[in-house]
Amino acid sequence: MGAGTDFMKGDRRKLPAELEEARSMIVGLGESYGLDFFETVFVMCRYDEINMLASYGGFPVRYPHWKFGMEYLEMSKGYEWGLQKIYEMVINTDPSYAYLLDNNTFVDQKLVMAHVLGHVDFFKNNLWFAPTNRKMLDQMANHGSRIRRYIDRVGHDEVESWIDICLSVDNLIDPHRPHIVRERKRPDVPLDHPDGVHKLPARGYMDKYINPPEFLAEQRRKHAEEQEKQAKFPEDPQKDVLYFLLEHGRMKAWQADVLNIIREESYYFAPQGQTKVMNEGWATYWHTHMMTHDILTSAEVIEYADHHSGTVATRPGQFNPYKIGVELWRDVEQRWNRGQFGKEWLECTDHTRRKNWDTGVMLGRKKIFEVRRTHNDVTFIDEFLTEDFVRQHGIFTWDFDKRRNEYVISSTDFRAVKQKLLFMLTNRGQPRIQVIDGNHGNRGELCVEHIWEGVDIQLDWAQRTLSNLALLWGRPVHLETTVDGKAIVLHHDGEEFSKETRKAAK
Amino acid sequence: MPLPIENDLHRFRSIVKGRMRKDLRRYMGSGELLGKQGDKVVSIPLPQIQIPRFRYGKNMGGVGQGEGEGEGSGQGEAGDQAGEHLLEVDISLEELAEILGEELELPNIEPRGQKEITSAKDRYIGISKQGPEALRHGRRTYKTALKRQIASGTYDGGNPIVIPYKEDRRYRTWKAQTNPQSAAVVLYMMDVSGSMGQEQKEIVRLETFWIDTWLRHQYKNVVTRFIIHDAVAREVDRDTFFRTRESGGTLISSAYNLAMRMLDEDYPVQEWNIYPFHFSDGDNWSAADTRACMELLKTRMLPVANQFSYGQVESEYGSGQFIKDLEEHFKDQDSVVLTRIPDRDAIMDSIKGFLAAGN
Repeated sequence: MGAGTDFMKGDRRKLPAELEEARSMIVGLGESYGLDFFETVFVMCRYDEINMLASYGGFPVRYPHWKFGMEYLEMSKGYEWGLQKIYEMVINTDPSYAYLLDNNTFVDQKLVMAHVLGHVDFFKNNLWFAPTNRKMLDQMANHGSRIRRYIDRVGHDEVESWIDICLSVDNLIDPHRPHIVRERKRPDVPLDHPDGVHKLPARGYMDKYINPPEFLAEQRRKHAEEQEKQAKFPEDPQKDVLYFLLEHGRMKAWQADVLNIIREESYYFAPQGQTKVMNEGWATYWHTHMMTHDILTSAEVIEYADHHSGTVATRPGQFNPYKIGVELWRDVEQRWNRGQFGKEWLECTDHTRRKNWDTGVMLGRKKIFEVRRTHNDVTFIDEFLTEDFVRQHGIFTWDFDKRRNEYVISSTDFRAVKQKLLFMLTNRGQPRIQVIDGNHGNRGELCVEHIWEGVDIQLDWAQRTLSNLALLWGRPVHLETTVDGKAIVLHHDGEEFSKETRKAAK
Repeated sequence: MPLPIENDLHRFRSIVKGRMRKDLRRYMGSGELLGKQGDKVVSIPLPQIQIPRFRYGKNMGGVGQGEGEGEGSGQGEAGDQAGEHLLEVDISLEELAEILGEELELPNIEPRGQKEITSAKDRYIGISKQGPEALRHGRRTYKTALKRQIASGTYDGGNPIVIPYKEDRRYRTWKAQTNPQSAAVVLYMMDVSGSMGQEQKEIVRLETFWIDTWLRHQYKNVVTRFIIHDAVAREVDRDTFFRTRESGGTLISSAYNLAMRMLDEDYPVQEWNIYPFHFSDGDNWSAADTRACMELLKTRMLPVANQFSYGQVESEYGSGQFIKDLEEHFKDQDSVVLTRIPDRDAIMDSIKGFLAAGN
């Protein structure tokens, strides 16, 4: 283990008496509200330590790579120039570790603790986090030592550039995969019915009634389809491109292991990308609730308000997940408190009645706990973003105007806003790519497809990524996509790049 | 104890420095190089090393919140995918120029002129027996005392006390060093006529900015003058040169005439190294004017200039004829360097073409 873990040991984990007192108070408070979190260890960190942890995604030991240094440099500069400051970090492990910046004020520390408990509750209970490895601290350290070993064996530059290549495609995973338990059943084809037609025994004169010809034809067709599918490789499109590469790509053992490490970490972080709005909103909801109801002394109110407003501030024209998140949670709670749901509510068009609607059911708290368990950002927005909410918070969509070379507000219409939000959140705002053919042209070449959903992929980036994909696959690769309304296919044979228009799919 | 991330940081820094040589073209193509300029440190928005990914382009759009008023600077981040992220790395001009400088130099520079000699600099490089106590050199003093004691046999290894006498004392002395410098004048001429599009001008500006930045670092006494021309030429200050928008016809000779007038008046060839740079899309108004240009170059400019550099950007309108004419006329002239700059990626090659060491 590197030196990185040293500061997490021993007396560094002991909080000053004042903070320890606050900690046990806030933990008790959280539990009394029904929050259910892993044991949370708070560690005080200097600013350089917390910058390091933030660069490492919260883990004190990672594999060596320049990108962490790059992020560290950026954060250090930001801190030195007074542009940004990281108040806290918390990781999804059991026990959970939360890092507090040691020069936070006392009010800040209390706020941060309450906020952190919200996150840990979310990590523990939200189902999208269920498949993540809660011992990731050890796993990350293990990844680090494996990669260090490869570096010793084959050289720093070689391993590092291989990591670069792997990182280039680390988003080509299927975040739903850990949740899918599926075993593919192949229909048994009896040997005596090679064409897949299973006839029921019947006497000759009854045969066409018991085994109607149409039925037989249908069976034959299905069988042929199945055969054709089985001849395909993969049988169904593979969204977990990394898995496909691991299974079938041509690479050395250490290269495959590095790819495997990158893939594992990618899956570990994926749920955080899938629940950013909910998770930040949830933590913000709880810190505001606990701070304003229970924790703050009157002397601390101004300072708290100042800091809190910084967290939820929205710069003009931007989208702040903390802000939208917390407001949506509050909206849900209020609606379920006042019974603003169900058929009757939805069908009511009388403005005054809607405005004063209150059945007094007070189901809000129960509802939000339920929602935090099952939803992710996409389903959360899909289900709970309402027209009133969009209007009330002045949410709009913007687009890039090619002609004017600037960003313009394109719509404030509810449907457009919702659609755009959902689009941005689907697959964490990244194009969906899947493997459609692992033996393209019967030459062992890889063909992946961009599932075009109205927005073009950025071509120059795609080109460079494709060349990395070619290195991973070890044979030429192809990307089918649509650009400017034209179906095109990009090729990369490991050395050269080419592009051609694609014949319309049949 | 240093944090483990120091290793990664070091790695990143060395890649940036190492890669800046190799991938400098991309770095320079980022467009916003005319960043903030402080006293000494230029803060340049430096693009991060970006790992390529499949991602959406600018056309993705996004969602915002709040009043839709005010400046449209709403370049938000979409999803959790960072947008075009600019990392400001404050790299000092010195550092930057050093990185460039190892590969570049002003070609054919000759010692000319006495006027522009750098002021003499005092450096403490000598030792003397006399001097003010403030400059006493402790180590040398004790060394001399030790030598004397050993020589005189008064040194006792068991009790090694060394006491300097007055004669043992040594003092630092300074010498005034003068750096004889060659005076050089650099003329930048830019075609700002209507056929030069926004992108073409941007390329020229980027290239001249870099040449200028580097030259001013490398040569203490470089004088720069800026000329823009369409059908007429005029001298402008640096700021205007980097910002102006003009349009009109193109008479390249007008710029050359003005340049010659400036040279004749202010920069006699005996005292100055002369480096004219000219950038254009090569779309001159008339063949007659081109002939005039060739004549001017041949009879007046080239005899005095150490090197004449011409960079041609590619314009969608122009014929780009001028560079061909130059090629034809000055095939065998070593002091005429011509480069083509079709896009931003070619800027670095063009600069190297002009200034590469050992040209």
